[in-house]
Formats: sequence, C-alpha cells, structure tokens
Amino acid sequence: MKSINEMKLEFASRSSNEGFARSSIAAFVSQLDPTISELADIKTAVSEAVTNCIVHGYSKTLGVISVTAQIFENRVIIRVRDRGCGIPNVDQAMEPLFTTGGEERSGLGFAVMQSFMDSVKVSSRPDKGTTVILEKNIIPRMSKVGCPS
Amino acid sequence: MGVKITQDGVECTALLEGDIDHHTAKLIREAIDDYITKKRPSTLYLDFGRVRFMDSSGIGLIMGRYKNIKLLGGELWVVGASDSTKRIIKLSGLGALGVMKEER
Repeated sequence: MKSINEMKLEFASRSSNEGFARSSIAAFVSQLDPTISELADIKTAVSEAVTNCIVHGYSKTLGVISVTAQIFENRVIIRVRDRGCGIPNVDQAMEPLFTTGGEERSGLGFAVMQSFMDSVKVSSRPDKGTTVILEKNIIPRMSKVGCPS
Repeated sequence: MGVKITQDGVECTALLEGDIDHHTAKLIREAIDDYITKKRPSTLYLDFGRVRFMDSSGIGLIMGRYKNIKLLGGELWVVGASDSTKRIIKLSGLGALGVMKEER
C-alpha cells in the first residue's frame, strides 16, 4: 500500500536530540488529526526508541540515528534505526525490567513502546545496528468525514 | 525545563518542569541528589504538576530518588502526576511502592 506522505530525519546520537526527534515526528503525524492521547503515545514510543539508540546502540561512540515516518489513511509507521552495536538477544532485551543501561534506566523502554503502539518489531544484528518499527492505527474522527484533504 | 527545589521546614519539594526524558533526567537527578545529600529533608515531594512530557526515564528518576531518600532515612511522595504520567507509572509497577498522592 502506498503512503499518503513520508519523511526522513537524520541526526547525531546526542541526548539533546531526543526532544527534537519526538517533536518532529509528532508535528508530521499531526496531518492525520490524531487525538492528544494518540499523539502522546507516539511521542513517548519514539522517545523510548531514540533513547535506546543513544544509550545502547551508540553507548561508546557518536553515530547517526535515522527516523522515517510514513502515514497512511488511518495508520502511521515509524522506523527508528541506528548503525551501532546491535542487540545480541532481542527477546531478552524486550522483557520488561531487563536493562543493561545501569541503575537509572528502568528497563521499560520496549514495554512502553508495546503498550502505547499497536505493533513493535525489532530487527538487529551485532555490530551492524538495530531497527525498530513502530506502527499505530489513528482512528479517523467524525469531523474528517466528507473533508478529503 | 528543569527543576526548582524549595524547602519548608523538614519537607522539601522538587517542582519538575517541562519534558522529562533521558537527557533532562540526568540534570534533574543531579540537582535533587545534591540537594537531599546536603539538606537531608525528612520528606521529598516530587511534584509533576508542570511536566508536559515524560517517558520511562521518569520511572528511573523516581526509583533512584526513592532509594536515595530511603538511605537517608526520609520518605518520598509523587504528586501532581497527569493522566499520561500516571499511565507510565502504572505500567512500571511503581504504584506498589505506595508513593502516589493526589495532593500534598
């Protein structure tokens, strides 16, 4: 299926870019007229995925993170990708409370993504990097009926 | 963005503002830990009333401060959490610590 619109962002893996990434995606997704709650869910999930790239993917180096978003009639697909160290065991990494990030990390990143999005897929290869694909259905609102854009 | 810490007797309030993510949590954490180590308050309120956004970094922030204030013999309360902040707190199981309060 062909997307209505798409975008791509690339930025350095600095923690100061976490806010930039989630706000940019939120601004782009706003075209679908999501509810405040749907938008908050997407911002939170993107923030988690981007933070993982910075804290884990590029823990010892500075690298490039790319985020793409595609919007469809009532769905958004977001890909967050790093070319960092990769995840040796994806199933383990996705378990709630599992973390290699130290004491101040809660180990809830993937649990939050799974709870706030409709689908979360992770593909990773050691030393090649990790891609997280986040999908969410945006329920069309009554106000949009009869107003094709 | 950040934190304002005020003291009233033996109680102190950390008023959190703006977005709480991995980037800002570090600065907030350092400010609070520095303060409680020096002033040793008996009660620390983490006030989320002015937080616009929080991801799971906020959970690490609460858990870490909870542990530190306990080590100093004090107690911690989370106040003013919005519905979206509460959702993440609920998901984390932090509610089991009994630190949530609607108001001070």
